[in-house]
Amino acid sequence: MNWIYEPWPWYVSGPMIAFIMFLLLMVGKNFGMSANLRTICTICGAGNKTAFFKFDWKSQKWNLVVILGAIIGGFIGSHFLTADMAVSINPDTIKDLNLLGFTSAGKTYLPTELFETESLLNLKTIVVLAIGGLLVGFGARYAGGCTSGHAISGLSDLQLPSLIAVIGFFIGGMVMIHILFPLIF
Amino acid sequence: MRTLIYLFIGILFGITMFKSEAASWFRIYEMFKFESFHMYGIIGSALVIGIIVVQFIKKFKIKSFYGETIRFNPKAKSFSRYMFGGIIFGLGWALAGACPGPMFTLIGVGFTPILIVIIASILGTFLYGLFKAKLPH
Repeated sequence: MNWIYEPWPWYVSGPMIAFIMFLLLMVGKNFGMSANLRTICTICGAGNKTAFFKFDWKSQKWNLVVILGAIIGGFIGSHFLTADMAVSINPDTIKDLNLLGFTSAGKTYLPTELFETESLLNLKTIVVLAIGGLLVGFGARYAGGCTSGHAISGLSDLQLPSLIAVIGFFIGGMVMIHILFPLIF
Repeated sequence: MRTLIYLFIGILFGITMFKSEAASWFRIYEMFKFESFHMYGIIGSALVIGIIVVQFIKKFKIKSFYGETIRFNPKAKSFSRYMFGGIIFGLGWALAGACPGPMFTLIGVGFTPILIVIIASILGTFLYGLFKAKLPH
């Protein structure tokens, strides 16, 4: 039964994601996670500021339940289905990250340099995480979707806009890692 | 009952995001470095099956479990919003190492600092709403 504690290979993970999209379609919903961020804005009263957030958020309650499930799933996956959380990335990638100062590369699930609870006391870490989140939230809504909405749902539906968005995701990601990372870290 | 189904789908999604390591900052970095097939295999295989599923549903007009017509929402035609929005999203995805699904999964794993990413992404969404009219779409 040890296999259950191992990370899932891509050929299990990818089909699972497609299966999740299929399940959502079969209950009459569309797979798209960043929509929840807009719903949360509306719940917080953003509709009073601008019309973009004026909609009946209760119609999106189902998606908030999915997100709640995703939290529980993270708990189950890490506490009951995993023995060693280390992610075995490419040794060359590890060397690279070590040079940037990420000594936890290859030993943990997330870099302790950014995601250890103590890092909440480090101003630079807070700024890095906050800017990352700001860009994700702003960009996802500007593009009208994120990885689930465009790269999975949109491309599965052969939508050209989704292809443009996914190309954008990769341009942004590569600029960040190849050009900006050496300046930030 | 329907709420329980959504919860179940969410749990399945969360476990998948964690166990596939798609929720790992390291995997995202490695993907943008093109140093592993892992993430491309995940997205690629999800996509191949996804395309077959969607085309099948459309061709045979499959109804949902509740007998309703399955609707796909075609995205509005444009270039700039998808390209600019996509680039901004990509910059953040690589920096925070998490997209809007996995960031919630990581709360369940117990990484407290991810809350900063989540709160900031809600704020980012709010800022988009404020400046929407001034941006090229």
